[in-house]
Amino acid sequence: MKKNSLMKVFMNGLLNENPTFRLLLGMCPTLAVSTAAGNGLGMGLSTTFVLVFANLVISLLRKMIPEKVRIPSFVVVIATFVTIIDLLIKAFVPALSSSLGIYIPLIVVNCIIFARAESFAFKNAPMPSIVDGLGMGLGFTCSLTLLSSVREIIGSGTWFGMQIMPASYKPMAIIVSPSGGFLTLGILILIVNAIVNAYGKHKKAKEGIA
Amino acid sequence: MSNIMLIVIGSVLVNNYVMSQFLGICPFLGVSKKVETAVGMGMAVTFVMGLAALFTYFIQAYVLVPLKLEYMQTIAFILVIAVLVQIVEIALKKISPALYQALGVYLPLITTNCAVLGMALLNAREGYNLVESVVNGVASALGFTLSIVLFASIRERLASSNMPKWMDGFPGALITAGLMALAFQGFSGLI
Repeated sequence: MKKNSLMKVFMNGLLNENPTFRLLLGMCPTLAVSTAAGNGLGMGLSTTFVLVFANLVISLLRKMIPEKVRIPSFVVVIATFVTIIDLLIKAFVPALSSSLGIYIPLIVVNCIIFARAESFAFKNAPMPSIVDGLGMGLGFTCSLTLLSSVREIIGSGTWFGMQIMPASYKPMAIIVSPSGGFLTLGILILIVNAIVNAYGKHKKAKEGIA
Repeated sequence: MSNIMLIVIGSVLVNNYVMSQFLGICPFLGVSKKVETAVGMGMAVTFVMGLAALFTYFIQAYVLVPLKLEYMQTIAFILVIAVLVQIVEIALKKISPALYQALGVYLPLITTNCAVLGMALLNAREGYNLVESVVNGVASALGFTLSIVLFASIRERLASSNMPKWMDGFPGALITAGLMALAFQGFSGLI
């Protein structure tokens, strides 16, 4: 593998196939924990951890796992790493563990991890698989942090727990409520799509001239 | 009895899995273009969640707790659910081909439906007994069915209406879901 193509794999997860905004995978944790920026970041990093290690192990085992039982095998590998991160968070960051609640064990059924195991790690060597997991995981982390920052700033007037809006600002509680999650995500996807489309047109126009 | 009623109302309306707990969003957004498929998905989920509640209760109460293996909960539950879905699929094919025809395509999707695993974990966390667990499983699944069928009906109407182009697809669907969730928040005073 050339360095160049590893970079490509990494950027693919971060931008082109960003799991949240472009592929719409892993919506449950995205909507549920994005009420505060700290939660979003914590969830994103935990998912990244699981993605990288699950991708690595599945890639190493890809020649040993028979095609027919691959799904149960993926489940066991993924569930193992989820249990590890669950126990680690409980031990070292108990505050995060109580605010994320059952959504940490639910990383097991996050479709991003399954999708990457099935479509990438099962077909590629360990090194690109780790990079793919890292790119996808960081793409997920970035979009989750962005979404939760928007919701926290508008909905509670704070960012990572710090007061950043002026004291006279009345927080819009609706944005941190469940319905606000759907609305904010819908509007953010709209904006991202608009940017991507505009960029695509710009690129096409440029190529047309050249 | 009042306890059971509280669980039912709580899971169907107040703490609706889709609308207030964000469990099962993937099928909610994925298979909600037509009312017919939404009903099929809802029925399949209800069937599996009732059984999963029963089995995970036994695993929790008679295997994990006595052996002090609670930390293996996630792995044990997801395996039980995956196996259960497979068995249901095979059994349904033999016993009732008609039902299999109706639900078959949705069954494999249910393993990764976080509503099932979420329900099992919540049951264990709340310390529900056998009856309460099964009631909670079925009621949550009915809540899921209610919201996905309502959502599919709205989307069917929207498909034939004149939406702005930039709202088409997911942004429009998410905003619709947001407005629905707002309506469901109205139930929060019930309990």
